Amino acid sequence: MTPLVELRKVSKYFGPVVSLKDIDMKIYAGEVHCLLGDNGAGKSTLIKTLSGVHKPSEGQIVFEGQEVSFSSPREALNRGIATVYQDLAMLPLMSISRNFFLGREPRVGPLRLYDGNYTANVAREELRKIGIDIRDPDQPVGTLSGGERQSVAIARAVYFGAKVLILDEPTSALGVKEAAVVLKYVVQAKTRGLGVIFITHNVHHAWAVGDTFTVLNRGKSYGTFAKADTAREKLLQMMAGGEELEALAVELDLISKKDPTSAGRMEHGVAEELHREGGSSA
Amino acid sequence: MVAHDERLQSLSIWKRLLLRPELGSIAGLIVVFLFFAITAGGNGFLTWLSVRNYLEVAAQLGILAAAVALLMIGGEFDLSVGSMIGIAGITIAVLSSPDYVHLPPSLAVLITLVFSLGIGYINGWLVMRTGLPSFIVTLAMMFILAGLNIGFTKLITNLTIVSGLQDVVAKDPVAGLFAGSWLGLPASVWWWLVVTIVLSMVLLRTSFGNWVFGAGGDPNAARNVGVPVRRVKISLFMLTAAAATVVAAIQTLSIGSANVLNGQGKELEAVAASVIGGCLLTGGYGSVIGASIGSLILGMVQQGIVYTNIDTDWYKVLVGGMILGAVILNNYLRRKSLEVRR
Repeated sequence: MTPLVELRKVSKYFGPVVSLKDIDMKIYAGEVHCLLGDNGAGKSTLIKTLSGVHKPSEGQIVFEGQEVSFSSPREALNRGIATVYQDLAMLPLMSISRNFFLGREPRVGPLRLYDGNYTANVAREELRKIGIDIRDPDQPVGTLSGGERQSVAIARAVYFGAKVLILDEPTSALGVKEAAVVLKYVVQAKTRGLGVIFITHNVHHAWAVGDTFTVLNRGKSYGTFAKADTAREKLLQMMAGGEELEALAVELDLISKKDPTSAGRMEHGVAEELHREGGSSA
Repeated sequence: MVAHDERLQSLSIWKRLLLRPELGSIAGLIVVFLFFAITAGGNGFLTWLSVRNYLEVAAQLGILAAAVALLMIGGEFDLSVGSMIGIAGITIAVLSSPDYVHLPPSLAVLITLVFSLGIGYINGWLVMRTGLPSFIVTLAMMFILAGLNIGFTKLITNLTIVSGLQDVVAKDPVAGLFAGSWLGLPASVWWWLVVTIVLSMVLLRTSFGNWVFGAGGDPNAARNVGVPVRRVKISLFMLTAAAATVVAAIQTLSIGSANVLNGQGKELEAVAASVIGGCLLTGGYGSVIGASIGSLILGMVQQGIVYTNIDTDWYKVLVGGMILGAVILNNYLRRKSLEVRR
């Protein structure tokens, strides 16, 4: 099976800064591919490279077997790579249906007019398909909750024929219940045959819906793992950069030798903190 | 299921009303009309002459405000429209006056329109190119146009007024489009009506209108989904300049003369009318019809005050109070509309 999108040794430099180095990634149709990493790992740069905002400095992006080079997000969108950004690209004072069609308005009749009834019906129908029942597509998007807005953005991408759906931290600003609703739509998009790239630093959300996982740390990839071949704890450790934690322990050890009492207290505190985090994630 | 839908229906009528940006201005119009009808109804405020008077004042402002409202919804300002009226009026007068260029007035209007579209394009291009607030760019353009206008007019005519156009206007049938009157109402009122309907249709029933909302609400978000933000905004600056030219043509050709000071202060009156009509200063929200109602309110106050015992010097106090009241009311209504949840 050929991948929908393939990244081959993609690197991105901003002046002297190496944001991404030799990233390999394959995204298949009908799978949720989670891109994991701590803040600053290069997740955002990677998706911006994929969605046409940046061009890779080195390496290739292959889409449906063809090498591609996007010069704008619009171009990527036209090829079927849709990105739902964290800030959503939604206008709170604009109605749901107008937001839904912004930039791709249907033009109806001899005067090629914007038809409010048609857009309202399509928006209502598309949202119903993914399980959101809105009474009035003319209500402002500002009346929707964060999770609902994410869902509208996903529905919009699916409706306009996205083949690859890139979701940038869709659940990070949401409460537990709302995040669960958005995760449900992620799975729905997958079952409709889309390749979903799900960016997050929340391993629990990733583990709940992901089929494959790529972990980034400091611009480099730790590799791609199928769900069967890895475990949640392993992913968490990689995200945190296991080696760095070890280095920190050594450093703390050195300090404790110089100033045993206070450093001991500090080390104890850190150890407890790490333990608590590990415990809550298990 | 049926009962469910009926409940929604009744809820949605009230909400739909709340969602209209022009709601506040309609309420304002009723209040202002009742105020003058009661205080000055006996002094002739309700006569046809009075109606004609305030409609004409409102019309000139309304043509401008409809375009300015669209620009404000698109997230930008144009403070140069007042000076644009002045310079366009003089240009039309000099081009058609028998003492100077002596072209047919309709041709003079056409040439002036091309010039003003160019100025509008420069405004928009500068705003998009420099990334400066349009407030600053068009403030500069306001002074530049006003200065050029006085400078060139004195250079060419030694005066600040160009007059004596009555004969050429009478001979040009097309000039009647600006100077004539139908059904007892001057051309300006008809222009106002047509401009309001057309621009409101553009805003609400075309893709371009949706882009205007998008470009004003969040230009980055709009760009991300493929809206040509730059093109939209530059077109809007050209539109306001064109509207200023129409007003200038109406003024110049119906009076038969142009003064370099024409249009002064109109830029802020147009903003006032738009804001009373529900436009947000930050863009992304508003209504062309609201701006037209705002113009009607301002025209009604300006002319209505004459029929009361109040000294007309107090007009501006009233205008200021109304702007403040309208913005507070509109703000409240908009918040309310976002609260009404499904």
